[in-house]
Amino acid sequence: MRIWRGDSSGGGLVDFTVPVEDGEVVLDAVHHVQALRAGDLSVRWNCKAGKCGSCSAEINGKPRLMCMSRLSEYPKDEPLTITPMRAFPVIRDLVTDVSFNYVKAAQVPSFSPTAEQPQAPFRMQQVDVERSQEFRKCIECFLCQNTCHVIRDHEDNKEAFSGPRFFIRYAELEMHPNDGLDRRRLVQEERGLGMCNITKCCTEVCPEHIKITDNGIIPMKERVVDVKYDPVRFFSRRRGPKKA
Amino acid sequence: MSDFERQSYDVVVVGAGGAGLRAAIAAHEAGAKTAVVCKSLLGKAHTVMAEGGIAAAMGNVYSDDNWKVHFRDTMRGGKLLNHWRMAELHAKEAPERVWELEQWGALFDRTPEGLISQRDFGGHRYARLAHVGDRTGLEMIRTLQQRTVELGVDVFMECTVTRLLKDGDRVSGAFGYWRESGRFVVFEAPSIVLATGGIGKSWKVTSNSWEYTGDGLALALRAGASLINMEFVQFHPTGMVWPPSVRGILVTESVRGDGGVLRNSDGQRFMYNYIPEFFKAETSDSEAEGDRWYTDKTNNRRPAELLPRDEVARAINNEIKEGRGTPHGGVFLDIASRRSPEFIQKRLPSMYHQFKELADVDITKEPMEIGPTCHYVMGGVEVDPDSAQSKVTGLYAAGEVAGGMHGANRLGGNSLGDLLVFGKRAGEYAAEYAKRLGGDRPQVAEPDIQTASSVALSPFASDGGENPYTVHQALQEVMQDLVGIIRNEAELTSAIEKVGELEERISRVTVEGHRQYNPGWHLAIDLHNMLLVSESVAKAALARKESRGGHTRDDYPMTDYDFWGKLNLIVELGDDGHATIRQQPLPEPPPELAALLEEQH
Repeated sequence: MRIWRGDSSGGGLVDFTVPVEDGEVVLDAVHHVQALRAGDLSVRWNCKAGKCGSCSAEINGKPRLMCMSRLSEYPKDEPLTITPMRAFPVIRDLVTDVSFNYVKAAQVPSFSPTAEQPQAPFRMQQVDVERSQEFRKCIECFLCQNTCHVIRDHEDNKEAFSGPRFFIRYAELEMHPNDGLDRRRLVQEERGLGMCNITKCCTEVCPEHIKITDNGIIPMKERVVDVKYDPVRFFSRRRGPKKA
Repeated sequence: MSDFERQSYDVVVVGAGGAGLRAAIAAHEAGAKTAVVCKSLLGKAHTVMAEGGIAAAMGNVYSDDNWKVHFRDTMRGGKLLNHWRMAELHAKEAPERVWELEQWGALFDRTPEGLISQRDFGGHRYARLAHVGDRTGLEMIRTLQQRTVELGVDVFMECTVTRLLKDGDRVSGAFGYWRESGRFVVFEAPSIVLATGGIGKSWKVTSNSWEYTGDGLALALRAGASLINMEFVQFHPTGMVWPPSVRGILVTESVRGDGGVLRNSDGQRFMYNYIPEFFKAETSDSEAEGDRWYTDKTNNRRPAELLPRDEVARAINNEIKEGRGTPHGGVFLDIASRRSPEFIQKRLPSMYHQFKELADVDITKEPMEIGPTCHYVMGGVEVDPDSAQSKVTGLYAAGEVAGGMHGANRLGGNSLGDLLVFGKRAGEYAAEYAKRLGGDRPQVAEPDIQTASSVALSPFASDGGENPYTVHQALQEVMQDLVGIIRNEAELTSAIEKVGELEERISRVTVEGHRQYNPGWHLAIDLHNMLLVSESVAKAALARKESRGGHTRDDYPMTDYDFWGKLNLIVELGDDGHATIRQQPLPEPPPELAALLEEQH
């Protein structure tokens, strides 16, 4: 296999050959390299079960979780190439600086209960919480952020663009049956929702199979249109409980 | 003065899982200047691995449920070795802590009435676990993470604490390194909350991540605190067994809570052969009664598959040993033949994907192969139940790193509640103590920093040539083979000896490369903690000459209520740097709580 090694000053692919076992995943192979060939190979990982979203990388150029990518999916006669996520600055080897995402997370105005039900326990129906629950499946692997061409190919867009992970966070709050805050103007005007031109690259790489574009971003864009062009609905909505 | 980075806080929380974040929120809300220090990125802590739910007697599904029943279940599940006060506080306060998460934006699954839904789990009399499908831990960590960020608590990510600093008898701070740069940082703080989780990475087959190296336990021991109940390690009955690379990954107990059953290679529901006397009165005696219980809990008793985890793990272990295991050395966990594919996908989506993607198994069509996996340590830092303070002034512990709450065995769902209830308490008391000190703050001593620095750097200086990964693997084999589910004197004695040999090898560990994000170096440092904790477990296990909960001795197979049932084992650090064991009387519950334990249901 070929693993990118280096740091912010540069680097390149290094060849490693390690024995692997039946059923192993790419992360296993990387661990073998660490144990046998390069003890200081930098890689992030935690749960090794697709639940924590730590081991994101690009495998043969495709953004994936290394723990959920089985070696048997790849041709045996070609070396596997593993490189760090491209949209984020490299720290060392496969580890990148993902602080961009934490900055964007801190900008999200948090959940704020409605005046009707200010204090938990809330009454909410399963059917009403389900839409937001889909987005809360997000494991914050940041593969969607990494693959989104708005920032992948245009570093200078980062300032004004929160990215798909946070568009579904805004969608989640917008669709929360007991949230009383309106973030639609904010997400459109200051978080860059309008820059997304729904190519669905984010949805394709999501290991949780969240329909980021169809269920999150597109409905958000529609709701933004509502608030921008329908002032009556905007004001009436702020007084009443939120219902889509 | 050294030129290390210095940070000054009232409260420093070590660990950013459920307990750590809840503690940080509490400390911040109590007005303390608070920091969280964690080994990984924020939101990646082991809490995300928790699947089933948070046990809390809210009574949303069964109105008969209340804290007293929960208290009783917890104590009986822990084979009565729990600290009664912790079990009481937990049972009483868990519902409030769950509603608080909802207040901060958590979206639990709902009942038809629109309340938080509650599911069945082993050892719980009523359906009691607040849950979100089978990803409850993720919901909890995300909610707490978002709350922490909203409040503006400082988070030091990918920063590892290697030593606690003291001024006389009091904690004065902590010393650590940034993983990214390898540079050192000194935290000056009168209150430190340990919330570092467990120890499972010392075993080969484990559901635990690389972070679970027992750091908090080792830090506490070296700082002069004591550990309690270290012989009790929970092997979760259901971990994946195949393919080899996923061996140990958790399969949630919710599979059984939602109707799944265990079968051996003869197709027999073998758990009905393993109902112990202690749980006979509350367990169904036929498959038919067990099946009826899922819909009618008033007139039926729970299925044998939902006995507490220690019972189920031992039974599975025995079936495999006696030759009734599956081809890959497990037993079958079958929900496919018992529930519809729609139900399974709705209730257990993560399990569905986990098996589909990692093992090519469709759990809606075929049974899973599972076997026991090292999952949780009941033991931990001995704390005062109300304040979560250890024996050392200013040092607090909450969550898995603390001991006492779960006794000899933890019930599923009681961990997440534990994190919230005692995380909050630890944060509050830590903040209050720091405030009370005023100007009388303990000081960090310069020589201690120098010592901490040279100890941390020693693997670079050594030319012994030992590979840290090889030593780690050797430790995992020792603990797996000799300090597993079933133990005996000869094997435990041998384990202690072998851990001693590994200690010698650790001193010769050499790491390659430099200090920037170097996992080999990080492991070399963690190994010291793993070894000290492993020694503690093995010595405590050798000392307890009976079988109870997560401690089974084939040379002492009976539970001894008269002698060992009245004792906890305490681990302390001896002058030679090794773990020492002493007995301590078990605190007795007041009569009104003791009476609850006798009640039959």
